[in-house]
This record gives sequence, structure tokens and C-alpha cells, in this order.
Amino acid sequence: MKIVVLVKQVPDSGSERSLRADDGTVDRASASNVINEMDEYAIEEALKIAEAQGGEVTLLTMGPDAATESIRKALSMGPDGAVHVTDDALHGSCALGTSKVLAAALRTLEFDLVLCGAESTDGRTQTMPHMLAERLGVPALTGARKLTVEGSTLTVERQTDEGYEVVQATGPAIVSVWDTINEPRYPSFKGIMAAKKKPIATKSLADLGVEAGEVGLAGATSKVLSSAKRPARSGGQKVEDSGNGGADLVAYLSAEKFV
Amino acid sequence: MVDFKLSDEHEALRQTVREFAAKEIAPVIGDYYERHAFPYEIIAKMGEMGLFGLPFPEEYGGMGGDYFALCLALEEIARVDSSVSITLEAAISLGAMPIYRFGTEEQKKQYLPDLLSGRKLAAFGLTEPGTGSDAGGTMTRAELSEDGTEWIINGSKAFITNSGTDISTLVTVTAVTGIKENGKKEISSIIVPHGTPGFTVAPGYSKVGWCASDTHELTFDNVRVPVGNLVGEQGRGYAQFLRILDEGRIAISALAVGLAQGCVDESVKYAKERHAFGQPIANYQAVQFKIADMELRAHTSRLAYYDAAARMLAGEDFKRQAAIAKLYSSEAATTSARECAQIHGGYGFMNEFPAGRFYRDAKILEIGEGTSEVQRMLIARDLLS
Ligand SMILES: Cc1cc2nc3c(=O)[nH]c(=O)nc-3n(C[C@H](O)[C@H](O)[C@H](O)COP(=O)(O)OP(=O)(O)OC[C@H]3O[C@@H](n4cnc5c(N)ncnc54)[C@H](O)[C@@H]3O)c2cc1C
Repeated sequence: MKIVVLVKQVPDSGSERSLRADDGTVDRASASNVINEMDEYAIEEALKIAEAQGGEVTLLTMGPDAATESIRKALSMGPDGAVHVTDDALHGSCALGTSKVLAAALRTLEFDLVLCGAESTDGRTQTMPHMLAERLGVPALTGARKLTVEGSTLTVERQTDEGYEVVQATGPAIVSVWDTINEPRYPSFKGIMAAKKKPIATKSLADLGVEAGEVGLAGATSKVLSSAKRPARSGGQKVEDSGNGGADLVAYLSAEKFV
Repeated sequence: MVDFKLSDEHEALRQTVREFAAKEIAPVIGDYYERHAFPYEIIAKMGEMGLFGLPFPEEYGGMGGDYFALCLALEEIARVDSSVSITLEAAISLGAMPIYRFGTEEQKKQYLPDLLSGRKLAAFGLTEPGTGSDAGGTMTRAELSEDGTEWIINGSKAFITNSGTDISTLVTVTAVTGIKENGKKEISSIIVPHGTPGFTVAPGYSKVGWCASDTHELTFDNVRVPVGNLVGEQGRGYAQFLRILDEGRIAISALAVGLAQGCVDESVKYAKERHAFGQPIANYQAVQFKIADMELRAHTSRLAYYDAAARMLAGEDFKRQAAIAKLYSSEAATTSARECAQIHGGYGFMNEFPAGRFYRDAKILEIGEGTSEVQRMLIARDLLS
């Protein structure tokens, strides 16, 4: 089974993140960049399938040169190799532009299954699997908390607010996963050393036959006009108990959709 | 050219272990510590990521790394917790290493895969109730059976790490196997598997620190094991454990550096949060200087163990440097733990804060695997001989 996992390098969601003042794109230079957290679950799922059924796992990343660091780290978990699409013209690509590039890259790869995280912690659009499915003419099973592969039949439990739905498709297909699906492994030292020698194929837009003007800031279909820092936390809401504090508490929790 | 910069692989390992310690150990270890419970769940996860096989070749199930890789892992774990770090240290440098260094091919094939995966733990029994620093005072005896097929072992061992967990599988004990021509005791190392009749593990000690690690007294009452359980040559036991202890000192030093660095981490965090007299205590020079001195001790101790490890890996003599690293970093750890508790005020005396745990865990570092006095003896002997 040939599995491709989409991996994105993002600014660490655990530390201060910001947008660049000049063009409103994510400030990568001043952030500490990491593998998008949800992608680690996609990698783990791919490795588990490949370990159980045999197969090959390839990572696909679109991002600046510096993303190589995250690719090496992801490779140390166990995948066989990676494709890194990098090109100066890609800076500022919107989700549609990104999907155009990733689809073009996927067309150059053989795959039975494409796995990705349900969302990235910077963009958070959750749209990539749908866009790729449309461009490639394959089914998308999104938001999986469980994935079963039997031959070319893919069955997922799709996580919803109320519970889950069981959805099925015939591969090749795209599956996006939530962090409920597994527990990603930590790389071993053997994995770390092996990652150094694994192939990372670098591709430019020209290699993929994508016009520079269709992607990046130039081709972006959306644009950040202005942005502001999230306001500091306010004091919160105090529920005083004057007889029906319990009910007030429940009312608040359900209004906020905690229960 | 002097270079203390870590290789990309070592740096990646350090970061991975750091992340593991922060996510998988820090949030839960306080509870194990409080209950004096062995953290099987954490140990299993460490086994899965290959930490128990770090400095061993792949043919026995190891990770193909070096002793320095092990030290980095120990340091990063001890930065968060020492019980877990000593469990790994003892499992590798006292448990698996004697078999790897001195065992027969058969012994290696039999024992190492389980030990290097962390599925099983091995212990090393040198210290006895009556003698520790003076290893020549070993009383435990091993005699050959009349038909020469078995060793019959009698005696007891004290304070043996990893010897009484559910996954403890064997202890390599040092025992007197004869008298040498010069009248001194001939000491040999012998593998005693758990479950051998006559081998009893006493209930765990009530310890001041390292409360989530496993330590027991062991007794051997006419314990019979096959002659093939001898590790290396008969009579080489003394030389073997000297080698094991020499390298073990570098590992303990790394652990001590981790604790000292953990004291910096906790003190910086707390000093910024805690207010007294209208401002964060971090604003007071008395607190700042304590923190600066802590960082100074952690940093210089680290350089000392890096140096000892580099010499060892280069195949040079490293005994004195290992003793210096162990002595200096363990004293750095106790001093920093005391200051860290001080910065935490009353909370520094509470077990729920890492500061209190660090304080309790630091002292043993000046005692185990050679006391500070023994290290000074080694350094002086090397200089004066
Ligand atoms: C939690 C824990 C885990 C341990 N794990 C293990 C293990 O896995 N395996 C193992 O074999 N041992 C283990 N030990 C034992 C440890 O290594 C010994 O406790 C240590 O070596 C000191 O020996 P001792 O306790 O007999 O002290 P002693 O040797 O009796 O020393 C008592 C004091 O006398 C001093 N002293 C002794 N001789 C001299 C001298 N010539 N000059 C000056 N001062 C001297 C010492 O420095 C010390 O201050 C462990 C101990 C503890 C507490």
C-alpha cells in the first residue's frame, strides 16, 4: 500500500504567534516552527497501516526551505521518504492555491491513500482534503477518529459534535484525522539517525507544471486586510450561589457548549 | 579544536526526550512519587521509544547510539524527575552493560533483547549491608558445587536498584569465588535470575528521595545457578565493576546536571510568578544571584560530563574526569536543590512542587555509585600516584 501523508510546518501553537505587518502572512521568521500537531497523528496512522499490511509512507510538504527541519523530524518517526515543494513564488498562497500545488505534486506520486491532519493550527480552514479530493477526483473521508483499511475499502468513524458517523469509500482516497485516532510515537534514536539518510525530493513550481502567477500572494483568492492581537483575557464570569447557583452554572456551561 | 556543540542527531534526541519528559513524565510523576509506586506505564513508553537500548548496537536490539546519547537522555529526564532517570541509568549502565561488556555471546543473545527493549530490567548487586565504598570487603560467597556444574551463592546485597519490580528479571552479583595468591579476595560476577530458589527480594526500602524508583535488599541462601552464569572470567569481577562504575559516574553526573537544570527552570518560573512586598520576587537581587549561581553550576557541571564522555568515547583514559564530573555535579545538584527550595519558600517544603522533590532527590547523588569522599580519593590518587 502506498500512503502519502501531508505534513505542514507551522509556528508552535504553544508560543507567541503573529502575522507579518507587511503582507499579513504568518510570521515564520520570528516563530519557533514545528510539525502541525494533527499531522503527527496522520503520520502515526500511516505507519501503523504500513506496519500491519506492508507498504510505503511518503511525506508531502509545501513550505519554505526551512521546513526541511520539520520534514527530517517527521521522517525520524519512520516514513520512508519525503517530497518537499518549495518555491519563492509560493509565499502567501491561500488554501485554494496550496491545494493546486499539492494536487499537482500528488499527481506525480502513486498513492492508494492520502492521510492528513483534520486542520492546521495556523490556517485552521479544514478544507484541504475536500479541495484535493475535488482536484484529483477521489473521495475524501474527513475528520476520522478511526480508520480501517481492508483491501481498497476504507472505513472511517467520522467525528461529529454529537458522536460519530461511519463512512466508507474505495481507495485511492483522502482521509483527514483528528487527534483522537491514535497516540503518535516519539522518534527513537535509531529513527533519528535513519532520517538523516532518507531521501527528500525537492520540487519547484516549474517541476510540477504550475504557473507562478496562479499561486502565492499573486494568485491568492483571499487576503488579510487587517489584523489585531487577541484581547487579553478578561476577568471571566462569576456565578454567585444565592439558592440556584447550580442551575446558573449549568446554564452557563451549556450556553458555552461545554456540556 | 574544542567543540561542545551537539551533533544534529544528539540534539534531535535531546529535544525528543525533553518533549517526552514534559508531556509524559512531568504531569504524572508526582502521584507515583507520593504513593512510592514504580511508574510501569512511563517505563513502557520509554521502552517503546528505544531509550533502554540507546548505547547498544542494533544486533542486540539496541539503537546504535553511544554513551553520550544515553547521558543526554538521562539529563533531560532528570530535569523533570530523578526517579525515572535513575531507573533508566541503572537499567542500562548497571543492568545491561556488564552483560554487554563482559558476557558471552550466548548471554548477550539470551538477555539483551529483553533488557534493551525495556520489557525487562536487570540489576547490579555490589553493595552489601556491611560494605559499600570498600568493595573489597564483599562477604557474599559463591562456591562451585561438587560436580562443578553450579555456583552456590550465599550472602546478601543492600540498596539494589531495579531489583524488585514486576519486570525485574535478573541481578548480576559480585561474590567471593576464592583467595588470590596475594591473599586478597578473588571476586567474580554471576548472573542470578529472579525466581531462582533461595533468592529473596525484601520489601522496598522507605527512602528519603527517588521515591518512584525501586530499591531492595536481596538475600541469597544456597542459591544454585549454572556455572555458565559467570560473567566474563572468574576473578575479573573487581576489574569489571571498576570499569562499570567509572562510566556509570558520567551517567550519574548527567543525571545530576539534569536535576541542577531543573532547579533553574523551576526557580525562574516561580520567581516571576510569586509576588512579595508588591513585586515579583524575581526583582530582588538576592533571588537573582541564587538563580545565576544555579545556572553557573548547571552549566559548568555539564561541561565536566561532556568532557569525560568525550574522552571515554575517544578511547582515552577518563577515570579522573569522570570522578570530577560526578563529584562536582552532584554537589552542584544538592546546593541548587537547596536554593531552589529556598526560592519557593514554604511551597519548597511541599511535595506537590517539583522543588520539594528535587530537594529530596539530590542528596543521594553525593552517595550512590561512589560517595563524594570516594571521588576525592580517586582524583587525589590519580594526581599523586
Ligand atoms: C537509593 C540507592 C540505590 C542504590 N543502588 C545500588 C545498586 O543498584 N547497586 C549497588 O551495588 N549499590 C547501590 N547503592 C549503594 C550505594 O552505591 C552505596 O550506598 C554507596 O556506594 C556508599 O556505600 P555505603 O552505603 O556502604 O557507605 P560506606 O561505604 O559505609 O560509607 C559511609 C561513609 O564513610 C565514608 N568513607 C568510606 N570509606 C572512606 C575512606 N576510605 N575515606 C574517607 N571516607 C570514607 C563514605 O564516603 C561515607 O561518607 C544504592 C544506594 C542507594 C541509597
